[in-house]
Amino acid sequence: MSEIPSTSVAPYAGAAVGDFVQILKPRVMSLVVFTGFVGLVVAPGHLHPVLAMVAVLCIAVGAGASGAINMWYDRDIDAVMRRTAMRPLPAGRMMPGEALGFGIVLAVGAVVVMGLAVNWVAAQLLALTIAFYVFIYTIWLKRRTPQNIVIGGAAGALPPLIGWAAVTGDVGWGAVALFAIIFFWTPPHFWALSLYRAGEYAAAGVPMLPVVAGARETKRQMLIYTLMLWPTSVTPWLLGLAGPAYAIGAGALSLVFTVTAIRVWRDDTERSARQMFAFSLLYLFLIFTALLVDRIGAGAL
Amino acid sequence: MNAGAVMDANGTNERERRMRGRNRALLALLLGLVALFYVITIVRISGG
Repeated sequence: MSEIPSTSVAPYAGAAVGDFVQILKPRVMSLVVFTGFVGLVVAPGHLHPVLAMVAVLCIAVGAGASGAINMWYDRDIDAVMRRTAMRPLPAGRMMPGEALGFGIVLAVGAVVVMGLAVNWVAAQLLALTIAFYVFIYTIWLKRRTPQNIVIGGAAGALPPLIGWAAVTGDVGWGAVALFAIIFFWTPPHFWALSLYRAGEYAAAGVPMLPVVAGARETKRQMLIYTLMLWPTSVTPWLLGLAGPAYAIGAGALSLVFTVTAIRVWRDDTERSARQMFAFSLLYLFLIFTALLVDRIGAGAL
Repeated sequence: MNAGAVMDANGTNERERRMRGRNRALLALLLGLVALFYVITIVRISGG
Protein backbone atom coordinates (compact mmCIF):
# COMPACT_ATOMS: atom_id res chain seq x y z
CA MET A 1 0.00 0.00 0.00
CA SER A 2 2.83 2.39 0.78
CA GLU A 3 5.46 1.08 -1.64
CA ILE A 4 7.52 3.61 -3.54
CA PRO A 5 6.05 4.04 -7.04
CA SER A 6 8.00 1.93 -9.49
CA THR A 7 7.58 4.44 -12.32
CA SER A 8 10.00 6.89 -10.66
CA VAL A 9 13.47 6.92 -12.19
CA ALA A 10 14.99 9.48 -9.81
CA PRO A 11 14.84 8.90 -6.02
CA TYR A 12 11.33 9.53 -4.76
CA ALA A 13 11.23 13.19 -3.76
CA GLY A 14 7.84 13.16 -2.04
CA ALA A 15 4.67 14.67 -3.44
CA ALA A 16 4.61 18.38 -4.20
CA VAL A 17 2.02 20.72 -2.72
CA GLY A 18 0.36 20.93 -6.14
CA ASP A 19 -0.13 17.15 -6.14
CA PHE A 20 -1.95 17.33 -2.80
CA VAL A 21 -4.18 20.02 -4.29
CA GLN A 22 -4.79 17.93 -7.42
CA ILE A 23 -5.99 14.85 -5.51
CA LEU A 24 -8.71 17.02 -3.94
CA LYS A 25 -10.33 17.18 -7.42
CA PRO A 26 -10.72 20.99 -7.38
CA ARG A 27 -13.10 21.11 -10.37
CA VAL A 28 -15.53 18.65 -8.79
CA MET A 29 -15.12 20.47 -5.50
CA SER A 30 -16.12 23.80 -7.05
CA LEU A 31 -19.52 22.47 -8.17
CA VAL A 32 -20.08 20.77 -4.80
CA VAL A 33 -19.22 23.97 -2.94
CA PHE A 34 -21.50 26.04 -5.14
CA THR A 35 -24.54 23.76 -4.71
CA GLY A 36 -23.87 23.52 -0.97
CA PHE A 37 -23.66 27.30 -0.77
CA VAL A 38 -26.98 27.68 -2.60
CA GLY A 39 -28.60 25.22 -0.16
CA LEU A 40 -27.31 27.38 2.65
CA VAL A 41 -28.62 30.62 1.13
CA VAL A 42 -32.10 29.42 0.16
CA ALA A 43 -32.74 27.68 3.51
CA PRO A 44 -35.19 29.50 5.79
CA GLY A 45 -33.46 31.09 8.74
CA HIS A 46 -30.23 32.87 9.47
CA LEU A 47 -26.66 31.77 10.05
CA HIS A 48 -23.84 34.07 11.16
CA PRO A 49 -21.69 34.86 8.07
CA VAL A 50 -18.56 33.46 9.73
CA LEU A 51 -20.30 30.18 10.54
CA ALA A 52 -21.75 30.10 7.01
CA MET A 53 -18.21 30.46 5.66
CA VAL A 54 -17.03 27.66 7.96
CA ALA A 55 -19.89 25.43 6.75
CA VAL A 56 -18.95 26.02 3.11
CA LEU A 57 -15.28 25.41 3.94
CA CYS A 58 -16.14 22.11 5.63
CA ILE A 59 -18.22 21.03 2.62
CA ALA A 60 -15.26 21.88 0.36
CA VAL A 61 -12.74 20.01 2.51
CA GLY A 62 -15.10 17.03 2.86
CA ALA A 63 -15.53 16.89 -0.92
CA GLY A 64 -11.77 17.12 -1.37
CA ALA A 65 -11.22 14.34 1.16
CA SER A 66 -13.66 12.11 -0.75
CA GLY A 67 -11.76 12.84 -3.96
CA ALA A 68 -8.41 11.99 -2.35
CA ILE A 69 -9.65 8.66 -0.97
CA ASN A 70 -11.30 7.93 -4.33
CA MET A 71 -7.98 8.53 -6.11
CA TRP A 72 -6.21 6.28 -3.62
CA TYR A 73 -8.66 3.41 -4.24
CA ASP A 74 -8.92 3.89 -8.02
CA ARG A 75 -5.19 4.31 -8.71
CA ASP A 76 -5.06 1.02 -10.63
CA ILE A 77 -7.84 1.88 -13.08
CA ASP A 78 -6.73 5.54 -13.26
CA ALA A 79 -3.41 4.30 -14.67
CA VAL A 80 -5.26 2.57 -17.52
CA MET A 81 -7.43 5.50 -18.61
CA ARG A 82 -5.87 8.33 -20.62
CA ARG A 83 -8.04 10.96 -18.89
CA THR A 84 -6.72 10.01 -15.44
CA ALA A 85 -3.28 8.51 -16.14
CA MET A 86 -1.45 11.71 -15.22
CA ARG A 87 -3.02 12.01 -11.78
CA PRO A 88 -0.41 12.08 -8.97
CA LEU A 89 -0.83 8.42 -7.94
CA PRO A 90 -0.78 6.63 -11.31
CA ALA A 91 1.94 9.02 -12.51
CA GLY A 92 4.11 8.00 -9.54
CA ARG A 93 4.37 11.48 -8.05
CA MET A 94 2.67 10.46 -4.79
CA MET A 95 2.64 7.33 -2.64
CA PRO A 96 -0.75 5.70 -2.01
CA GLY A 97 -0.37 6.02 1.76
CA GLU A 98 0.13 9.78 1.45
CA ALA A 99 -3.15 10.17 -0.44
CA LEU A 100 -5.11 7.91 1.91
CA GLY A 101 -3.74 9.55 5.06
CA PHE A 102 -4.36 13.01 3.65
CA GLY A 103 -7.94 12.11 2.72
CA ILE A 104 -8.77 10.57 6.10
CA VAL A 105 -7.31 13.49 8.08
CA LEU A 106 -9.26 16.00 5.97
CA ALA A 107 -12.50 13.99 6.22
CA VAL A 108 -12.33 13.67 10.01
CA GLY A 109 -11.28 17.32 10.38
CA ALA A 110 -14.11 18.62 8.18
CA VAL A 111 -16.79 16.62 10.04
CA VAL A 112 -15.50 17.54 13.51
CA VAL A 113 -15.18 21.26 12.70
CA MET A 114 -18.64 21.28 11.10
CA GLY A 115 -20.10 19.68 14.22
CA LEU A 116 -18.34 21.91 16.73
CA ALA A 117 -18.72 25.18 14.84
CA VAL A 118 -22.07 24.82 13.04
CA ASN A 119 -24.25 21.88 14.16
CA TRP A 120 -24.13 18.09 14.36
CA VAL A 121 -26.95 17.45 11.87
CA ALA A 122 -24.90 19.14 9.15
CA ALA A 123 -21.82 17.24 10.38
CA GLN A 124 -23.64 13.91 10.21
CA LEU A 125 -24.83 14.67 6.69
CA LEU A 126 -21.27 15.58 5.70
CA ALA A 127 -20.00 12.31 7.19
CA LEU A 128 -22.76 10.42 5.36
CA THR A 129 -21.80 12.11 2.06
CA ILE A 130 -18.11 11.19 2.43
CA ALA A 131 -18.92 7.63 3.52
CA PHE A 132 -21.44 7.18 0.68
CA TYR A 133 -18.96 8.40 -1.93
CA VAL A 134 -16.08 6.28 -0.62
CA PHE A 135 -17.78 3.04 0.47
CA ILE A 136 -21.00 2.85 -1.56
CA TYR A 137 -19.88 4.45 -4.82
CA THR A 138 -16.09 4.03 -5.08
CA ILE A 139 -15.53 0.70 -3.36
CA TRP A 140 -18.84 -1.09 -3.85
CA LEU A 141 -20.72 0.08 -6.95
CA LYS A 142 -18.27 1.64 -9.38
CA ARG A 143 -16.69 -1.61 -10.57
CA ARG A 144 -19.78 -3.80 -10.20
CA THR A 145 -22.83 -2.26 -11.85
CA PRO A 146 -23.75 0.11 -14.69
CA GLN A 147 -26.07 1.80 -12.18
CA ASN A 148 -22.93 2.97 -10.30
CA ILE A 149 -23.36 6.64 -11.04
CA VAL A 150 -27.16 6.53 -10.60
CA ILE A 151 -27.01 5.30 -7.00
CA GLY A 152 -23.59 6.80 -6.31
CA GLY A 153 -24.88 10.12 -7.61
CA ALA A 154 -26.66 10.55 -4.29
CA ALA A 155 -23.31 11.51 -2.76
CA GLY A 156 -22.92 14.39 -5.19
CA ALA A 157 -26.52 15.46 -4.56
CA LEU A 158 -26.17 15.75 -0.78
CA PRO A 159 -24.21 19.05 -0.44
CA PRO A 160 -27.32 21.31 -0.71
CA LEU A 161 -28.83 19.30 2.17
CA ILE A 162 -25.69 19.93 4.21
CA GLY A 163 -25.88 23.66 3.48
CA TRP A 164 -29.59 23.69 4.35
CA ALA A 165 -29.03 21.74 7.58
CA ALA A 166 -26.22 24.12 8.56
CA VAL A 167 -28.86 26.89 8.73
CA THR A 168 -31.95 25.07 9.98
CA GLY A 169 -30.53 22.12 11.92
CA ASP A 170 -32.77 19.74 9.98
CA VAL A 171 -33.67 18.67 6.43
CA GLY A 172 -36.74 20.26 4.85
CA TRP A 173 -38.62 19.47 1.63
CA GLY A 174 -36.87 22.34 -0.11
CA ALA A 175 -33.54 20.66 0.55
CA VAL A 176 -34.92 17.39 -0.79
CA ALA A 177 -35.97 19.21 -3.98
CA LEU A 178 -32.42 20.49 -4.49
CA PHE A 179 -31.12 16.97 -3.85
CA ALA A 180 -33.52 15.57 -6.47
CA ILE A 181 -32.37 18.04 -9.13
CA ILE A 182 -28.72 16.96 -8.80
CA PHE A 183 -29.70 13.30 -8.44
CA PHE A 184 -31.59 13.23 -11.77
CA TRP A 185 -28.99 15.44 -13.45
CA THR A 186 -26.07 13.12 -12.63
CA PRO A 187 -26.84 10.15 -14.96
CA PRO A 188 -27.15 12.13 -18.23
CA HIS A 189 -24.13 14.21 -17.20
CA PHE A 190 -21.85 11.21 -16.59
CA TRP A 191 -23.22 9.06 -19.40
CA ALA A 192 -22.56 11.86 -21.89
CA LEU A 193 -18.91 11.69 -20.81
CA SER A 194 -18.80 7.90 -20.78
CA LEU A 195 -20.26 7.73 -24.32
CA TYR A 196 -17.06 9.19 -25.75
CA ARG A 197 -14.80 7.53 -23.17
CA ALA A 198 -16.40 4.07 -23.41
CA GLY A 199 -13.20 2.48 -24.74
CA GLU A 200 -11.18 3.67 -21.76
CA TYR A 201 -13.81 2.51 -19.27
CA ALA A 202 -13.95 -0.89 -20.99
CA ALA A 203 -10.15 -1.20 -20.86
CA ALA A 204 -10.21 -0.37 -17.15
CA GLY A 205 -13.01 -2.86 -16.50
CA VAL A 206 -15.48 -0.23 -15.26
CA PRO A 207 -19.01 -1.32 -16.26
CA MET A 208 -20.34 2.05 -17.37
CA LEU A 209 -23.70 1.84 -19.15
CA PRO A 210 -22.32 2.37 -22.72
CA VAL A 211 -19.84 -0.46 -22.09
CA VAL A 212 -22.43 -2.89 -20.72
CA ALA A 213 -25.66 -1.97 -22.53
CA GLY A 214 -24.36 -0.12 -25.59
CA ALA A 215 -24.64 3.46 -26.82
CA ARG A 216 -28.27 3.18 -27.95
CA GLU A 217 -29.62 2.12 -24.55
CA THR A 218 -27.45 4.74 -22.82
CA LYS A 219 -28.82 7.50 -25.05
CA ARG A 220 -32.40 6.32 -24.39
CA GLN A 221 -31.89 6.47 -20.63
CA MET A 222 -30.15 9.85 -20.87
CA LEU A 223 -33.20 11.21 -22.68
CA ILE A 224 -35.54 9.80 -20.02
CA TYR A 225 -33.54 11.42 -17.23
CA THR A 226 -33.59 14.83 -18.95
CA LEU A 227 -37.39 14.51 -19.23
CA MET A 228 -37.58 13.70 -15.52
CA LEU A 229 -35.68 16.91 -14.84
CA TRP A 230 -38.60 18.97 -16.19
CA PRO A 231 -40.90 18.46 -13.18
CA THR A 232 -37.98 18.06 -10.78
CA SER A 233 -36.33 21.36 -11.71
CA VAL A 234 -39.51 23.38 -11.10
CA THR A 235 -40.21 21.75 -7.71
CA PRO A 236 -38.50 24.58 -5.78
CA TRP A 237 -41.13 26.92 -7.26
CA LEU A 238 -43.98 24.53 -6.35
CA LEU A 239 -42.65 24.43 -2.78
CA GLY A 240 -42.50 28.21 -2.57
CA LEU A 241 -38.72 28.20 -2.43
CA ALA A 242 -38.47 30.28 -5.62
CA GLY A 243 -40.67 32.54 -7.72
CA PRO A 244 -42.22 32.08 -11.19
CA ALA A 245 -39.19 33.64 -12.91
CA TYR A 246 -37.10 30.76 -11.60
CA ALA A 247 -39.69 28.24 -12.83
CA ILE A 248 -39.64 29.73 -16.34
CA GLY A 249 -35.83 29.72 -16.39
CA ALA A 250 -35.60 26.17 -15.06
CA GLY A 251 -38.18 24.96 -17.57
CA ALA A 252 -36.31 26.62 -20.45
CA LEU A 253 -32.97 25.13 -19.33
CA SER A 254 -34.53 21.68 -19.00
CA LEU A 255 -35.97 22.04 -22.50
CA VAL A 256 -32.51 22.82 -23.91
CA PHE A 257 -31.02 19.91 -21.93
CA THR A 258 -33.60 17.58 -23.47
CA VAL A 259 -32.81 18.97 -26.94
CA THR A 260 -29.12 18.13 -26.40
CA ALA A 261 -30.17 14.59 -25.40
CA ILE A 262 -32.26 14.27 -28.59
CA ARG A 263 -29.26 15.41 -30.63
CA VAL A 264 -27.14 12.74 -28.92
CA TRP A 265 -29.85 10.19 -29.70
CA ARG A 266 -29.78 11.10 -33.41
CA ASP A 267 -26.01 11.57 -33.76
CA ASP A 268 -23.67 8.59 -33.99
CA THR A 269 -20.54 10.71 -33.65
CA GLU A 270 -19.17 11.76 -30.27
CA ARG A 271 -19.48 15.49 -31.03
CA SER A 272 -23.03 15.86 -29.67
CA ALA A 273 -22.13 13.85 -26.53
CA ARG A 274 -19.24 16.22 -25.85
CA GLN A 275 -21.57 19.19 -26.32
CA MET A 276 -24.16 17.64 -24.01
CA PHE A 277 -21.52 17.03 -21.32
CA ALA A 278 -20.42 20.67 -21.53
CA PHE A 279 -24.03 21.90 -21.42
CA SER A 280 -24.85 19.65 -18.45
CA LEU A 281 -22.28 21.52 -16.36
CA LEU A 282 -23.72 24.84 -17.48
CA TYR A 283 -27.27 23.55 -16.79
CA LEU A 284 -26.61 22.75 -13.14
CA PHE A 285 -24.67 25.95 -12.61
CA LEU A 286 -27.47 28.08 -14.12
CA ILE A 287 -30.28 26.28 -12.26
CA PHE A 288 -28.59 26.90 -8.91
CA THR A 289 -27.61 30.44 -9.92
CA ALA A 290 -31.27 31.10 -10.75
CA LEU A 291 -32.27 29.88 -7.29
CA LEU A 292 -29.63 32.10 -5.74
CA VAL A 293 -30.67 35.18 -7.73
CA ASP A 294 -34.33 34.52 -6.98
CA ARG A 295 -33.66 34.28 -3.24
CA ILE A 296 -31.41 37.35 -3.18
CA GLY A 297 -34.03 39.24 -5.19
CA ALA A 298 -36.79 38.15 -2.79
CA GLY A 299 -34.66 39.24 0.16
CA ALA A 300 -34.08 42.65 -1.38
CA LEU A 301 -37.81 43.32 -1.86
CA MET B 1 29.20 7.44 -12.41
CA ASN B 2 28.92 11.17 -13.00
CA ALA B 3 25.39 10.79 -14.34
CA GLY B 4 24.47 8.92 -11.18
CA ALA B 5 25.96 11.64 -9.00
CA VAL B 6 24.09 14.34 -10.87
CA MET B 7 20.86 12.40 -10.56
CA ASP B 8 21.43 11.95 -6.82
CA ALA B 9 22.21 15.64 -6.41
CA ASN B 10 19.12 16.61 -8.39
CA GLY B 11 17.06 14.12 -6.47
CA THR B 12 18.23 15.55 -3.15
CA ASN B 13 17.61 19.11 -4.27
CA GLU B 14 14.19 18.20 -5.57
CA ARG B 15 13.40 16.41 -2.31
CA GLU B 16 14.48 19.42 -0.26
CA ARG B 17 12.54 21.80 -2.48
CA ARG B 18 9.36 19.74 -2.17
CA MET B 19 9.83 19.29 1.56
CA ARG B 20 10.21 23.05 1.97
CA GLY B 21 7.06 23.60 -0.05
CA ARG B 22 5.11 21.08 2.04
CA ASN B 23 6.39 22.58 5.29
CA ARG B 24 5.35 26.08 4.24
CA ALA B 25 1.93 24.86 3.15
CA LEU B 26 1.52 23.05 6.49
CA LEU B 27 2.57 26.17 8.40
CA ALA B 28 0.04 28.27 6.45
CA LEU B 29 -2.63 25.65 7.11
CA LEU B 30 -1.95 25.55 10.85
CA LEU B 31 -1.92 29.34 11.15
CA GLY B 32 -5.16 29.45 9.16
CA LEU B 33 -6.74 26.91 11.50
CA VAL B 34 -5.64 28.88 14.56
CA ALA B 35 -7.21 32.04 13.10
CA LEU B 36 -10.34 30.12 12.09
CA PHE B 37 -10.84 28.54 15.53
CA TYR B 38 -10.26 31.92 17.18
CA VAL B 39 -12.92 33.60 15.03
CA ILE B 40 -15.36 30.67 15.51
CA THR B 41 -14.90 30.88 19.28
CA ILE B 42 -15.54 34.63 19.31
CA VAL B 43 -18.69 34.19 17.19
CA ARG B 44 -20.02 31.28 19.28
CA ILE B 45 -19.46 32.92 22.69
CA SER B 46 -21.08 36.12 21.44
CA GLY B 47 -24.20 34.08 20.57
CA GLY B 48 -23.77 34.04 16.76
